[in-house]
Amino acid sequence: MSATDLGLPLMGGLDAIPTTDQKQSAKDYTSDQEIRWCPGCGDYAVLAAVRGFLPELGLRRENVVFISGIGCSSRFPYYLNTYGMHSIHGRAPTIATGLAVTRPDLSVFVVTGDGDALSIGGNHLIHAIRRNVNLTILLFNNRIYGLTKGQYSPTSEVGKITKSTPRGSLDHPFNPLSLVLGAEASFVARAIDADRAQLTDVLRKATAHRGTSFVEIYQDCPIFNDGAFDVIRRGGDNAKQRIIPLRHGEPIRFGVNNEYGVVLGEGGFGLRIAPVAGVGEDAVLVHDTERPDPSIAFALSRLSDHDLTHTITGVFRCVRRPTYDDGARLQIREAKATESADLAALLRGRDTWTVDA
Amino acid sequence: MTISDSAITVQPGAAKSSNGAIEHSREVLKRSCVVIRFAGDSGDGMQLTGDRFSSAAAAFGNDLATMPNFPAEIRAPAGTLPGVSSFQLHFADHDILTAGDQPDVLVAMNPAALKANIADLPPGGILVANSDEFTKRNLTKVGYPANPLEDGSLCAYTVHSVAMETLARGALEHTELSKKDASRSKNMFALGLLCWMYHRPTEGTERYLREKFVRRPDLAEANILAFRAGWNYGETTETFAVTYEVSPAKLDAGTYRQITGNTALAYGIVAAGQRSGLPVFLGSYPITPASDILHELSKHKAFNVTTFQAEDEISGIGAAIGAAFGGAFGVTTTSGPGISLKSEAAGLAVALELPLLIIDVQRGGPSTGLPTKTEQSDLLQAMFGRNGECPLPIVAPRSPTDCFDAALDATRIAITYRTPVILLSDGSLANGSEPWKVPAVESLPPIEPGFATAPNAPDGSGEFWPYQRDDDTLARPWAVPGTAGLEHRIGGLEKADGRGSISYDPDNHDHMVRLRQAKVDGITVPGLEVDDPDGHAELLVLGWGSTFGAIGAGCRQVRAHGLAIAQAHLRHLNPLPANLADLLHNYRTVLVPEMNLGQLALLLRSRFLIDVKSYTKVSGLPFKAEELRNVFIDALKGDLL
Repeated sequence: MSATDLGLPLMGGLDAIPTTDQKQSAKDYTSDQEIRWCPGCGDYAVLAAVRGFLPELGLRRENVVFISGIGCSSRFPYYLNTYGMHSIHGRAPTIATGLAVTRPDLSVFVVTGDGDALSIGGNHLIHAIRRNVNLTILLFNNRIYGLTKGQYSPTSEVGKITKSTPRGSLDHPFNPLSLVLGAEASFVARAIDADRAQLTDVLRKATAHRGTSFVEIYQDCPIFNDGAFDVIRRGGDNAKQRIIPLRHGEPIRFGVNNEYGVVLGEGGFGLRIAPVAGVGEDAVLVHDTERPDPSIAFALSRLSDHDLTHTITGVFRCVRRPTYDDGARLQIREAKATESADLAALLRGRDTWTVDA
Repeated sequence: MTISDSAITVQPGAAKSSNGAIEHSREVLKRSCVVIRFAGDSGDGMQLTGDRFSSAAAAFGNDLATMPNFPAEIRAPAGTLPGVSSFQLHFADHDILTAGDQPDVLVAMNPAALKANIADLPPGGILVANSDEFTKRNLTKVGYPANPLEDGSLCAYTVHSVAMETLARGALEHTELSKKDASRSKNMFALGLLCWMYHRPTEGTERYLREKFVRRPDLAEANILAFRAGWNYGETTETFAVTYEVSPAKLDAGTYRQITGNTALAYGIVAAGQRSGLPVFLGSYPITPASDILHELSKHKAFNVTTFQAEDEISGIGAAIGAAFGGAFGVTTTSGPGISLKSEAAGLAVALELPLLIIDVQRGGPSTGLPTKTEQSDLLQAMFGRNGECPLPIVAPRSPTDCFDAALDATRIAITYRTPVILLSDGSLANGSEPWKVPAVESLPPIEPGFATAPNAPDGSGEFWPYQRDDDTLARPWAVPGTAGLEHRIGGLEKADGRGSISYDPDNHDHMVRLRQAKVDGITVPGLEVDDPDGHAELLVLGWGSTFGAIGAGCRQVRAHGLAIAQAHLRHLNPLPANLADLLHNYRTVLVPEMNLGQLALLLRSRFLIDVKSYTKVSGLPFKAEELRNVFIDALKGDLL
């Protein structure tokens, strides 16, 4: 077994997808299906942001595909007038992989939730990300099972009282961004359902990236986990104290008066938060999404406390890495260029004998 | 009778052969068929040895059938019984149906191989043993108190005790090869000796070795030297009094090659892609004995075949469904517990009504079971093993070469009817091989994908209705992403008939359940043909899958006794052929032999209210012809059950 240089080209996320000059609007992307999410669900805001942002890509609508698993968020494809598949629990990344590998002319989105992606579908998620298939994965994280009516999820806090955990949940939650960074993700971002401008910005960057773009969206479930993100969703000074927005090329600062910054941890490991006045402006880490080494991005993911004391939003990491689907197609092209596709010769093989009549 | 090896040195040199006909200086006996079993340690290269001998027999024009039998462990401890690997081949001057019930010749490379196989060798059979391995230590390891090659316990057989390792090493004395590498060529020595005994041509094996070791010409030459040394050993020593000749078989005119079931399946998939014009996408996870299909297909990228080694079985089928949604010919392959893991996604494919080929190379179960052995025990799972009313067509090949046609047939059904199809192969078909009359590409049926290109709403609204069906086939349109105006959403939730939007309406659900069943029931499959040469048989033996050869051979033996017996073999298990009901009623007794506990029999009894007789064996090994002959005779006498 030997490794070989695959010589893959580097492209943008939307290259090779047919575009249109026709002006599109959110309405064009709206299907005739009645939306069946609960009133006040954060999914409405995400749907509105997606419908609003898709037209600006200028893609032919028939070349956009949404694949989902099972859960509240997975109803998403029904509400978009594109091609779509509402598949089975946790398996959307597998279906999207098969589609993306065979159809480079499609923009393929996966819509999933914390239970769908991180519990039943955890294996598929990490492997799609490892392969860097050209997909955009939107993980709606509401830290609860909504469709099954309120059991704790793999992102619920320890001790959560739910129908299935009357004395409190015992399992330690995943930090989704730490998880996907560990799975070699090439694009990692976080957004909040209520902040449409920031969500749209992240979506734009995610689709422009070639490879698997992973976007975690904090999303409120008003029925089973109401207000889980209120401290950061409601805006105001409270949110400013907690949300740390990332901007490529800029020092990572936040606070009501931008008075805090992210600095390297003691001994060079990890990151910590410090008052800028205390450490000096030069000590504040300048955000670079393109660092080849994921350690800083990982350290940033660890600064997001589960209790939302601090939450980092924006693009954590955006690096170029060969994609599985481009590689698979390249091997096919090379084989076609160098080998004969003579079916009769294949069937005959090399050792034949003839029986005469 | 033991003919001892008298420490003869063999001079390497070209084996004497020309035009495939080998000149011998010994008495030649004609045989109409011969069964040879090569047995040794897992690391002894017995599969390769058997395979090479088969190729030589095939190239000579014999009909043949092979049956490898190996442990699941890659290298069980050397010299132990669990580590024994064997390869049986049957070659003949007439058409044959099985790899043979018992060997005429057993080649045993060590005491374990002898112990594990000697019971199958009938009295008078020939044993060729590698005496070098019959050391005290190796004998003790498998519980022989004394050396059976010397203690007279094998007097019922003609025993040739040959120091293969010593002789092979001697032949390689003047090469640079290490002692260890030289010893490893003992299997080629054995092959050379057997080729001499049975007048097999040698050029093919020498060419094969040169190609296999193209990067190690020293190893190629060493193996060829060992091979020739084996041949010359037979020729120059006086220990072998006779040689045997099996004339070429009279097969239909045409070009032939040898092929295993897994390779034939892979070629069938490539051919289906070419005949449909669709790219092929295989999503698969490694599992024995299906992995060779993945390996084979991964070589044929020039035919627009993409192979995806998924992270698990579920991902394999999921990716194939995704590719099918995008308009490719989606295929997934598995065995044993893998088919259980794919059940949920297979159900999704039924609900989505997308073309998909699911290949299950059945092996011994339950659970991990017997990974390298054969069974037919997934039939009911294929029929019913999904939640809800979830019908899908089932196709089963009957022989290694039939795997090619079955793959094309299953693809035709999948694409024409927009449905997942399960193809049930099994371990004996997968690894067994036989001559294959190579079909002309033009003779292969074209497959028309028939993608939807325009809106189809019957109300004239100009909308696209993804579940609006074809009147004849009840198939829904296959509208692939990228087709403007046909944007639609599908999924696992129940669909409204026609329009395809989510529907929880009770009447619609009842209607859709029946529609999906009617679609599968209405698939056109050829009528079942019965082989009833006398036309008045009262016993019909009905089988499916890999038992075809053994049942056919058993029937021949019954007919050779002057008794009438009819044979029919199902390729289509769902739907069953339309003429099956009438056929079953034409016979006083219907006997169904299966390598399970009577799964087809259960289906037939419930479907046709006929008390079919079931004969079953679940040993991990195929039926033997003689065993079935006795069962058939019992059935004719009315003694069965």
